[in-house]
Amino acid sequence: MKATPLTIAGVELHSRLFLGTGKFGSGPLMRDSLAASGTQLVTVALRRVRTDGAADDLLAHLEPERYRLLPNTSGVRDRHEAILAAELAREALQTNWLKLEIHPDPKYLMPDPIETLAATEQLAKRGFVVLPYVHADPVLCRQLAEAGAAAVMPLGAPIGSNQGLASRAFLEIILAQRQVPVVIDAGLGAPSHAAAAMEMGADAVLVNTAIATAADPVAMARAFALAVEAGRQGYLAGLPSRTEEARASSPLTAFLEQGQEA
Amino acid sequence: MGFETVWRQHDFPIVAARIAGKSTADVRRALGRGHRSLTLDDLAALLSPAAAPFLEEMAQTSHQRTVERFGRTMQLYAPLYLSNVCGNVCTYCGFSAQNRVERLILDDEAILAEAAALAKMGMQHVLLLTGESPRVGTDYLVHALRLLRPRFASLSFEVQPLDVGDYLRFGQEGMNAVMVYQETYDPAAYARHHLRGPKADMGFRLETPDRLGQAGVKKIGIGALYGLSDWRAEAWFVGLHLRYLEACYWRSRTSISFPRLRPHAGDDALALSPFAERELVQVMCAFRLFSQEVELSLSTRESARFRDHAFRLGITSMSAGSRTNPGGYAQKQSSLEQFSIDDSRSPDEVAAYLRTQGYQPVWKDWDGTYDGQIIERAAREVRAC
Repeated sequence: MKATPLTIAGVELHSRLFLGTGKFGSGPLMRDSLAASGTQLVTVALRRVRTDGAADDLLAHLEPERYRLLPNTSGVRDRHEAILAAELAREALQTNWLKLEIHPDPKYLMPDPIETLAATEQLAKRGFVVLPYVHADPVLCRQLAEAGAAAVMPLGAPIGSNQGLASRAFLEIILAQRQVPVVIDAGLGAPSHAAAAMEMGADAVLVNTAIATAADPVAMARAFALAVEAGRQGYLAGLPSRTEEARASSPLTAFLEQGQEA
Repeated sequence: MGFETVWRQHDFPIVAARIAGKSTADVRRALGRGHRSLTLDDLAALLSPAAAPFLEEMAQTSHQRTVERFGRTMQLYAPLYLSNVCGNVCTYCGFSAQNRVERLILDDEAILAEAAALAKMGMQHVLLLTGESPRVGTDYLVHALRLLRPRFASLSFEVQPLDVGDYLRFGQEGMNAVMVYQETYDPAAYARHHLRGPKADMGFRLETPDRLGQAGVKKIGIGALYGLSDWRAEAWFVGLHLRYLEACYWRSRTSISFPRLRPHAGDDALALSPFAERELVQVMCAFRLFSQEVELSLSTRESARFRDHAFRLGITSMSAGSRTNPGGYAQKQSSLEQFSIDDSRSPDEVAAYLRTQGYQPVWKDWDGTYDGQIIERAAREVRAC
């Protein structure tokens, strides 16, 4: 089956693997990992980049013609801070795309659904392409789509936890009723997790910690790229449904096919 | 109710004795726990003499958990001393009021000269410090924030304990973190080392982090000054304080520092509790195992050799190129300093070393845009724990 690109806000993305740029041991290592992953969309924490126009060691290693930047609002705690950060990101990085992250809890970095919904609505009205990071909450994802989100980014597991698809049951519902692309974000700790997310029908995945903190980030980036591709192909090919036990062909209804007894 | 009430439930000498009595089995149990489930009793085991043979195992786990959470990165910052005027008499501090040293409060010109020197060093995160005096009170500090805010990404304070209203004002003016070290949680040692001045009020200091949390300050730094009393019990009380803050003021980040006593003016007659490098490592690792999220900071009080090895054991931020005297960056003189530093390398040298070790030095990990919006919400959130 032919692979079609993912389209978000009219932009076609051929790679369905999005990467974060935090936690890398060096700028060159980040640059090489991004290249090995084949990604076209990378998140950048606004708090990490110089917004005053000064030389920036993170941006210096991002090739602007190669990647679309997705600034994130990591560090903001409510809708007011998020909107200020978004406006600054649009100004400083010259893009209206935004990964909206609002986590008032700095320990587990849990997203605040109430503030996120309110901020999404306001930012969409201001012309932003908003990709909100949220819990795997099917109702919230529907509300975000109605509020103008260009895609939703539900979490697979707590951010940085490498626990995989801990929220699988809820993600399946979100995918089944999606109105905008669904990017599974956070917690994907191994290529097999990414493959599983894509097999479920996710439109894309976002990975950072598992690649940046691997012993060999470049090799791990390549592994994730292959896994995302394999998972996507598996989904498109139509996975056979699974069953828990061996099943005889028609034990309960076979009699219907047999001739009437005399 | 504030932290003083919690602190009163634990008698310092009894805590020290309980830690001393921990067994190898207690340490093994603590090391076997998942990283979200360590209790204060486990922390006591990890701080105990029984944990000494497990130091390498603690260090390995500490390193691994830090990389998982923070990556291979190191936040760099610099202190900026605005004044050494102080009304306290403390036995361990070069700024102590009884020391006959020249006193200085930086004026606008001097502050901007320091700022220019720090910016030239690449610094974007600056910690502002003063002694304790009404002459460097809220108005002076607000004025300093207004001068410095356009020049740096993050401004934090290590100044005298103040009230909720003061912290709300600072927040509005662009301050995002306050460090307030208890020095010692041992009431007998506290009285022995804080002889005169407002700092002699132990309870007011103990509840300063409460007031910071109530004002919605985004990061609260705590710690003990190791060397004034039993270090194991000091560290345990820091852990008690940390758990309390995480529970009551969950919107604020937390950080811990591990200052050890350094030579300073007027310290001749001081009897110190020994606290060796090996023990400092034990404390650092115990805190990382106790909390994967707490930020751990290591200053230039420690030697270059120690910092070059210990940074990977849980540390998330380091100062570099520090001067501990007001005007020290622009004037390059070392008089009037609070304590003498040990690692005198420049920020560039420290950053270059980190790079050779596969760590990315991070100069900016905040943005002033995030500051100044806390008033409305903070006012709503002020409530006792």
